[in-house]
Amino acid sequence: MSKIDWAAFPDARGHFGPYGGRFVSETLMGALDELQQVYEQYINDPDFMAELDHDLKQFVGRPNPLYHAERLSRELGGAQIYLKREDLNHTGAHKVNNTIGQALLAKKLGKTRIIAETGAGQHGVATATVAARLGLECVVYMGEEDTRRQSQNVYRMRLLGAEVVVVKSGTRTLKDALNEAMRDWVTNVDDTFYIIGTVAGPHPYPAMVRDFQAVIGREAREQHLEMTGKLPDALVACVGGGSNAIGLFHPFLGDESVEMIGVEAGGDGVETGRHSAPLCAGQPGVLHGNRTYLMEDENGQIIGTHSVSAGLDYPGVGPEHAWLKDIGRVNYVSVTDDQALAGFHRMTRTEGIIPALETSHAIAHVLDLAPQMRPDQSIIINLSGRGDKDLNTVAEREGITL
Amino acid sequence: MSRIEQRFAELREQNRAALIPYVTAGDPEPGATVPLMHALVAAGADLIELGVPFSDPMADGPVIQKACERALRFGTSLRDVLAMVAEFRKTDTTTPVVLMGYLNPVERMGYEAFAATAKTAGLDGLLTVDLPPEESEEVVDLLEASGIDPIFLVAPTTSDARIDHVARAARGFVYYVSLKGVTGSQTLDTSALAERLEGLRRHTGLPLGVGFGIRDAQTAAQVAQVADAVVVGSAIVRLAEEHDGDADGFARAAATVVREMRDAMDVARSPGAAATV
Ligand SMILES: Cc1ncc(COP(=O)(O)O)c(C=O)c1O
Repeated sequence: MSKIDWAAFPDARGHFGPYGGRFVSETLMGALDELQQVYEQYINDPDFMAELDHDLKQFVGRPNPLYHAERLSRELGGAQIYLKREDLNHTGAHKVNNTIGQALLAKKLGKTRIIAETGAGQHGVATATVAARLGLECVVYMGEEDTRRQSQNVYRMRLLGAEVVVVKSGTRTLKDALNEAMRDWVTNVDDTFYIIGTVAGPHPYPAMVRDFQAVIGREAREQHLEMTGKLPDALVACVGGGSNAIGLFHPFLGDESVEMIGVEAGGDGVETGRHSAPLCAGQPGVLHGNRTYLMEDENGQIIGTHSVSAGLDYPGVGPEHAWLKDIGRVNYVSVTDDQALAGFHRMTRTEGIIPALETSHAIAHVLDLAPQMRPDQSIIINLSGRGDKDLNTVAEREGITL
Repeated sequence: MSRIEQRFAELREQNRAALIPYVTAGDPEPGATVPLMHALVAAGADLIELGVPFSDPMADGPVIQKACERALRFGTSLRDVLAMVAEFRKTDTTTPVVLMGYLNPVERMGYEAFAATAKTAGLDGLLTVDLPPEESEEVVDLLEASGIDPIFLVAPTTSDARIDHVARAARGFVYYVSLKGVTGSQTLDTSALAERLEGLRRHTGLPLGVGFGIRDAQTAAQVAQVADAVVVGSAIVRLAEEHDGDADGFARAAATVVREMRDAMDVARSPGAAATV
């Protein structure tokens, strides 16, 4: 594995081993070629990168801290736990790292209209935010089920001037929002830029979103080295589509001593079938423009998923994760809704940080992992987002009406 | 000569355009599909496009999305659809049948198993909307070995360079998507169509079919003047919804629409018909 040239992936046509690629209807192929071209041009353009860095600093508030969670570390009695504070970004999650980058590309391409899909609403809010800032028309597709459990984010998007389209087809969650956004894009491809919110979709999205999110890992690596003089022993992140996870992992892939763990949503438990853990319990297939692990039935129909967190409630996963799983570089596990809730409370009460329910999955895994490690070892958790959006869900589960 | 080639050769001789109705297999229920296919042929269909229901029909508008949902209520699978083709073939050995759908059910079945079963069933072509030629090499080789034509789409956004690429991979006919949008959209621009098809003919000698946005006999007739085949989907599938589970009523209504289109198309192609495009 040490011989892998990580920068060589994906290949020119977007493949990570057998995964990724570009599986879309012909109408979109030209737009994807065009996007790939401008993306490859600008990602190597110092002026563009300076503009991006400026926005990340002045508008998003980067770099955000790598925070040593001393109290939690002490309580667990094992590894030192560090939190990469993506929750402190403007709009409250890692999602904005990507929307800032893609919106700049949209501007370069002269597109006047932006569309996005969203599950938890964090990507929708981050998209509506950059659209407001750049004066672009913005339409966000969101499953009906998600508009209910993340109603505050729906209102935030509307305040920001976005039109939120409630998607009532299929399972009425994130995958259906993505279908609807694709249908919009194919209809309005001339003036519309589709900002995909995770490292999924047709090439170049998985690579492009990863590159915009890799700022997380670059900062964390530098910060950890500066704070401790060494590399961390383990990285832990939740995996929905996989953007916060790949953002943290990617700059460390060549560091062989660093173990990486992606945490999927186990829902009611992977054995019940009611979960959103394609890497743990799915198989390869093709959906939403790429080949990757999917949750599907024996006839290749995509099946309904379940997770307490809307942002993880998705039957697929980014193709790079599928490949990293197969080659064994990253280990993928799952935690249940109940475990995630426990992680949510533990972080809130111990460190004074209310995490998103998505993030709480990563925390829950670390509650088990840290005690198995030594106090001279360390773990970085990607604290991908803050939990304000989830207060209703948590309260409801505990029988409290706000 | 494949059944598809044979059919287009006959039609060319008669100076007629092919009429290709699309129906979603298993809609409104699995038992309805084979009788419906025969009824469409009796009403003047030259080739049948049979939709394979999929849980996430990204390229389809609401009409075909709902058809997929109805068919999936009965669990209509790709294997079931191939069994329907086999059943149809028992009494109709000349009308070509093309499956239209998405890649994942084919992936799940396995390319080899699909090609073998499809060949036995008497399938003639496969069109997977989310499979561009770039990703299709393996499946195309297997299909060709089984005598099944891989059908590819060309869109208004397809560049000349890509058209060559698509034309090289395509067999049977080339399906020109007449508009930017999903199936069932309402804005087919027939005036731009003639020019676009003329351009396409410089890249391929295959027959050119046109689909998406053909909603009535008049549009079908206009398209028939410039295209080799007219594909009609939502305008027929819509009738299944209107007949709400009444399979016979749906089949009769579908046959009526097909017959109207057939007649209008033949009139439009008859000597002396005024060009309206
Ligand atoms: C805070 C937070 N973390 C994680 C995710 C999951 O997405 P991804 O796996 O792409 O990071 C979301 C998605 O909405 C989110 O809001």
